[in-house]
Amino acid sequence: MLKGPLSLIVRTVARLLAPFVQLFGLYVIMHGHSSPGGGFQGGVILGASAILLAVAFGVDVVRERVTLSALTLSTSAGVLLYGGLGLVCLLLGANYLDYSVLPVADARSVGMLVIEIGVGITVMAAMMSIFVDLSAFDASHRDH
Amino acid sequence: MIAKWIHVGAAGATGLLLLFGSLDMPATGDPSAPPSTHVSPRYIEEGFGETQVPNMVTAVLADYRSFDTLGEVTVVFTGAVAVLLILRAGQPRRRDGEPEA
Repeated sequence: MLKGPLSLIVRTVARLLAPFVQLFGLYVIMHGHSSPGGGFQGGVILGASAILLAVAFGVDVVRERVTLSALTLSTSAGVLLYGGLGLVCLLLGANYLDYSVLPVADARSVGMLVIEIGVGITVMAAMMSIFVDLSAFDASHRDH
Repeated sequence: MIAKWIHVGAAGATGLLLLFGSLDMPATGDPSAPPSTHVSPRYIEEGFGETQVPNMVTAVLADYRSFDTLGEVTVVFTGAVAVLLILRAGQPRRRDGEPEA
């Protein structure tokens, strides 16, 4: 499954499109609190750009750039960032995930941005990790 | 064959009960429905002043109901971990030098 690259047209379009898709994904995450969007949507767009490259060039091209352990680490890091911000609020003397105590201007807005980034990292890494796992799975190695 | 029709009957009866229960639901967008008279006006009127976030949906999801969103992210995380535990088990070492599990 998905071992070889597709035709030149598909590869060229995918290569031209991928950076813009990723830029749009970052935009959707960063503007999640002022326009439609957010961590889930932006993370899915970022993950889809990697899947687009994997479909066009073969999954090994993506695996050369992102290792499986980096993906697993990112999946956990996003949740940790989210939960960690909640703990920070707890340590500052407020309720869990009560961003209003953060020592920055517009604290609740900034807190939302931070957790959106955490959500985005987790969703992106989870999508890529599941895709790479599924495409690299080789049933003949089962039960060894 | 009879057992099959018993199953169909039970599923149909449950469906009818659920439909009957939904008859008392308030109409979509009804301004006097309970959801529209308690938290919704509160979020709409106070949300921007309290959070400085113009996107009401994000303010509710990421601030007022942040616990819920944390749970959603944990579901995504759990899904990815479940897939890797099932699919990476017993696979040979990856070419990029990854351990197999």
